[in-house]
Amino acid sequence: MSAETAVQEVKKSEPLFSKKNRKLITNPLDIDNPITVQVLGICSALAVTTQMKPAFIMALSLTVVTASSNAAISALRNTIPSRIRIIVQLAVVSLWVTLVSELLKAYVYDVSKQLSVFVGLIITNCIVMGRLEAYAMGNKPWPSFLDGIGNGLGYGMILMIIAFFREILGSGAIFGFKIFEAAGIHYQGNGLMLLPAGACILVGLIIWVQRSINGYREH
Amino acid sequence: MKFLRNTLDKAKHNFEEGGKYHKYFYVYEALDTFLYSPNTTAGAKGVQVRDAIDLKRLMMTVIIAMTPCLLFGIVNVGHQHFLALGQQATMMDKIMVGLMQVLPIVIVSYTAGGIVEAIFAVFRKHPINEGFLVTGMLIPLVMPPNIPLWQVFVATVFAVLIAKEAFGGTGMNVLNVALTARAFLYFAYPTQISGEVWTYLPEGAKVVAGYSGATPLAIAAETVTSGGNAVTQLSGFGAGWAEGIYSLQNMFIGLMPGSIGETSTLMCLIGAFILWATGSGSWKIIVSVFGGAYAMGLLLNALAVNPFMALPAHYHLVMGGLAFGAVFMATDPVTAAQTETGKWVYGFLIGVFTVLIRVFNPAYPEGIMLAILLMNVFAPLIDYFVVSVNKTRRLKRATV
Repeated sequence: MSAETAVQEVKKSEPLFSKKNRKLITNPLDIDNPITVQVLGICSALAVTTQMKPAFIMALSLTVVTASSNAAISALRNTIPSRIRIIVQLAVVSLWVTLVSELLKAYVYDVSKQLSVFVGLIITNCIVMGRLEAYAMGNKPWPSFLDGIGNGLGYGMILMIIAFFREILGSGAIFGFKIFEAAGIHYQGNGLMLLPAGACILVGLIIWVQRSINGYREH
Repeated sequence: MKFLRNTLDKAKHNFEEGGKYHKYFYVYEALDTFLYSPNTTAGAKGVQVRDAIDLKRLMMTVIIAMTPCLLFGIVNVGHQHFLALGQQATMMDKIMVGLMQVLPIVIVSYTAGGIVEAIFAVFRKHPINEGFLVTGMLIPLVMPPNIPLWQVFVATVFAVLIAKEAFGGTGMNVLNVALTARAFLYFAYPTQISGEVWTYLPEGAKVVAGYSGATPLAIAAETVTSGGNAVTQLSGFGAGWAEGIYSLQNMFIGLMPGSIGETSTLMCLIGAFILWATGSGSWKIIVSVFGGAYAMGLLLNALAVNPFMALPAHYHLVMGGLAFGAVFMATDPVTAAQTETGKWVYGFLIGVFTVLIRVFNPAYPEGIMLAILLMNVFAPLIDYFVVSVNKTRRLKRATV
């Protein structure tokens, strides 16, 4: 809360959740989605979505990293020499990634084992770098923070949808709970959904559905 | 027949503009033109091509070309069944068993594909595409006789939806639809479509002594680790219950375990002849697939590091689904290369990759499915290069 009030004092002219700021959260969920529209962060979307639990942790981690590095870089943006900005950004991002990674190891060790290198690879995740370059370098910390949250949520939403279908079709479970077995139905897992190719097809289907609903066309 | 025409005509006003079932006009139209030639013809003047062969008739020609494979497949399913049980059976019994296994798969495949087609036709307001006539028959022919029907259903829906409708329907698909269905099952439910599943055996059936369901390709692949000569292994297989089942001659005729329609190279060649005679399929592709496989076989023979590589090249032509894939899958006019030179390259590479996958990839005993799907993806690139080479050649010749 203290961070929010501090920001409020600086810019009294604009309310914290103005229409423009709300858009920073809602746009990445639909018309500016990092995965389905910007087509970023595909590798991790294919790699960590065989089950919902790791996908959830991954989405959470990425949201935290994107939001905090966005805020940090935005605060530093006027002091970073533009010729070395990428390396500065990497240094800041890796700080947050290391923090998240250590936290995961401390509290959810099995999941962090499952995610293996992909937590570390958040450093090079295109979404994080993309938001830093495209947004945080030119905007104030609070909107940058919101932008990070929004993009993290947009990423997480798609991740959860993919993971839901992959887990329920691939192994008949939701969050590790075997629902078909619990209902007494024999379910034969679909091996294709456990392969990255299955996730790729699902991403395609999600893009298809999304674009036929919101009418988005590439220019 | 007159009665059918009358019924259709009487129902027509319901489906026309303003009729109560106008939404389903294309369902009606599909049924009508499937049964009868359309009574609308191109105008007397203009530059249209005038031909009685529309898409539906073309598809029917391909179906006719597939019939030998289908009929032989039905008999062969029964034949393998009784052979594995060690029983003597009359032709009639074999056909009955074969029909019991094959017909449901055909029906499920057509139903599943038809449902998806009809839904998309109504939503997208386009005529129901005839493309599924052939696909619906190809899918059962590349399935093992024992395949669970729900898997056929799921695979068909997947293939029509993802491989065809997502790309815009008939004529727009990048990948061969029937092979997509098979590839889906291959990766989704591998236990039912790989290994020794090629002979129909009811649960708890008592097989004849010495029985083994191994396919020629599996036997040949085994020689890589176990050593020995692949040809003697093959000809010695089946001793005691099916003498000479994997001899070169029998593999050509096709009385052996395998997917329903692909075992017989002979029947595929009859189909190839029909396709060639009616101009429905490109003979260049068929010839070059066989050529590619043979050339790759010869190359491996020259290296011959292991017994599988030493297997005579002509064995590759009669084993597995190469002939069926070459004749009915690779020639699919939508997914193949369009340029005439491109067709040679396309077919040749399919043959090469098939043998390459067979011999070097222990996970995939048969390579024709993956080879064709791979080359489907490359077909536009092949065309692109053929066209641009032609352009540069002509530009050089041009004097202006």
